[in-house]
Amino acid sequence: MADANQLGLGGEYKYGFKDNIAPILTTGEGLTEETVRQISAAKNEPDWMLDFRLKAFKRYQEMELPDFGPDLSVLDLDHINYFRRDSDRIARKWEDVPADIKKTFDRLGVPEAERKYLAGSSAQYESEVVYHNMRKDFEDLGIVFMDTDSAVQEYPDLVRKYFGKLIPPSDNKFAALNSAVWSGGTFIYVPKGVRTEIPIQSYFRINAGNSGQFERTLIIVDEGASVNYVEGCTAPNYSQDSLHAAVVEVNVLRDAYCRYTTIQNWSDNVYSLETKRARAQENATMEWVDGNLGSKVTMKYPSVYLNGEGARGTMLSIAFAGKNIDSDTGARMIHNAKNTSSSIVSKSLCKDGGRVDYRGKVRFGRHSDGSFSHVECDTIILDEKSASDTIPFNEIKNGNVSMEHEAKVSKISEEQLYYLMSRGISEEKATEMIIMGFVEPFTKELPMEYAVELNRLIEYQMEGSVG
Amino acid sequence: MTTLEVKDLHVSIEGKNILKGVNLKMKTGEIHAIMGPNGTGKSTLSEAIMGHPAYQVTQGEVLLDGVNILDKPVDERARAGLFLAMQYPAEIPGVTNAEFIRGAINARRPEDDPMSIRAFLKELDKTMSVLDMTEEMAERYLNEGFSGGEKKRNEILQMMMIKPKFAILDEIDSGLDIDALKVVSRGVNKMRGPEFGSLIITHYQRLLNYIVPDVVHVMMGGRIVKQGGPELAKRLEDEGYAGLRDELGLDIKLVDEEA
Repeated sequence: MADANQLGLGGEYKYGFKDNIAPILTTGEGLTEETVRQISAAKNEPDWMLDFRLKAFKRYQEMELPDFGPDLSVLDLDHINYFRRDSDRIARKWEDVPADIKKTFDRLGVPEAERKYLAGSSAQYESEVVYHNMRKDFEDLGIVFMDTDSAVQEYPDLVRKYFGKLIPPSDNKFAALNSAVWSGGTFIYVPKGVRTEIPIQSYFRINAGNSGQFERTLIIVDEGASVNYVEGCTAPNYSQDSLHAAVVEVNVLRDAYCRYTTIQNWSDNVYSLETKRARAQENATMEWVDGNLGSKVTMKYPSVYLNGEGARGTMLSIAFAGKNIDSDTGARMIHNAKNTSSSIVSKSLCKDGGRVDYRGKVRFGRHSDGSFSHVECDTIILDEKSASDTIPFNEIKNGNVSMEHEAKVSKISEEQLYYLMSRGISEEKATEMIIMGFVEPFTKELPMEYAVELNRLIEYQMEGSVG
Repeated sequence: MTTLEVKDLHVSIEGKNILKGVNLKMKTGEIHAIMGPNGTGKSTLSEAIMGHPAYQVTQGEVLLDGVNILDKPVDERARAGLFLAMQYPAEIPGVTNAEFIRGAINARRPEDDPMSIRAFLKELDKTMSVLDMTEEMAERYLNEGFSGGEKKRNEILQMMMIKPKFAILDEIDSGLDIDALKVVSRGVNKMRGPEFGSLIITHYQRLLNYIVPDVVHVMMGGRIVKQGGPELAKRLEDEGYAGLRDELGLDIKLVDEEA
């Protein structure tokens, strides 16, 4: 996370905290139909949204937990607080923030004020100045960038047209849950033909809306438009909520382009169960760039539905599973039209007993003539305690397509270590160099300040892996 | 002046004895060549000196200025002044050549005093031009997709940048055409001087026309069986290893010999 000047946004950036904590509004523990109604009422939502939530809640009650991946049975869904007004959150005391999180902030050079925010020890992190400047620039271009709650009020037609269409509540239990109790998230609309080089970063929006457990993000990139959206941050995000279940829907219309970059580093008490899906219409391009570093459990398989002829979809991901981390991530590419292409490049690392699995799917539908997919999974297992599996699933309904799949699981190569050490480089530095090289195809796609931070973070996590 | 001494070195790999008591002594300012037929243990000698984990020293010592280095890890041996230009250097994806070489140089300097990027790039440019290497070679990933010849040049580039006391060149001539051979030789000859010694392993005399050695050792059956001046290399080229073996009355089977 960098400050505004480093990000080249200019303008004044003041850190500060609000001390006027609003009265507490919370639905308390547990989830009933009444809770869902309360949430909707608190937001003054139109009836269609309340209906959507109620139907989703019904589905949620009927559905089972996923029958694959990490064990979720320990999640105590009855004792979760499903809704709190963001500004009402009671700040934890700085002294209560775990020491290892504080140490990581030190190592990453996260500014003082930001640390408190990330650690959940400040109710507000004042980024509104930057957010407002940024919004102004985008407004001049006609781009809408706001939290999804506000979008429901201000752009009801647009939201209603796209909301829940790519990911219906029935998709999976946690998508249904999100649909019932969602709050916050990002809404972006880029009008026809508008192309912007400046990345849109959610970081500056988070406080203006709600951050939290059940974010709902909706992006529409209209015909011929282009957008580059960056969410999350590299620094560990200490959340008091044990369950995070976001839903992200991205619509990339004809000839449009969207890149969606996520870096996620939740603290290791969090279950992060996300549903992310995009559709790419004729000649459109959707690129997911996805980094997962923390969380107790992550289940996330961003997908691209290649629905228009000539559409392209890519996924470039990195997962780093350390102690107590179970990361089950991957991608899905669904080829539904002629001459579509997709590429999945997945890089995984595990150490200190971490588990990192790739779970992916490529589907060539009946009408996918001339389509092509390339899948590449590379894993480095750093010690005996850690484990990894690659679980690819291919479904091919058309004879005129081609597909490549490469998977490699390895340890740090002794030959590589020997070579680097024979030049005087210590074993620790050499290991770090090999790991940095391994993740380089990912980091080079990140905005500079994220790349620098990610490198520092990996360096830090690699310490003590030798000897 | 620094000395490198190999004393009664026995080395095995996967339980098989390859070196059976090698003795050799050299100082900086000298260039020695080791010649010998295939499969005689020349590369084993170089890997054992450097410390490749697959090679087990069962007896003997390697002394650098009188200090045994065999109990030291590979990186310490390197920082003490040893360098091995490898026959098959590893590929390291994602790490640029320049980044790696700078890392190697900085590993020899105090942590708070790394070589400045400016000074480094200046020297790198200069050295690469001696070796007729294009600028893009600095930014490519280390050895990844390098041709055989590019790898060899890159080994010599590292040697010239790191400036070791002793460089062992393990078949640096294999697979090189005559032009590349001249370039590589130019690099080694540029290093020649009182602070630098080199041990050149080859089985052809051709390289030694360009880098003239002070001493030639002939190795057969895991031992050094004869020493001489540059003229010994020429004689081997004319007469072959079998001739020398028979003259010395050795009972060694040459790998390439018909059964």
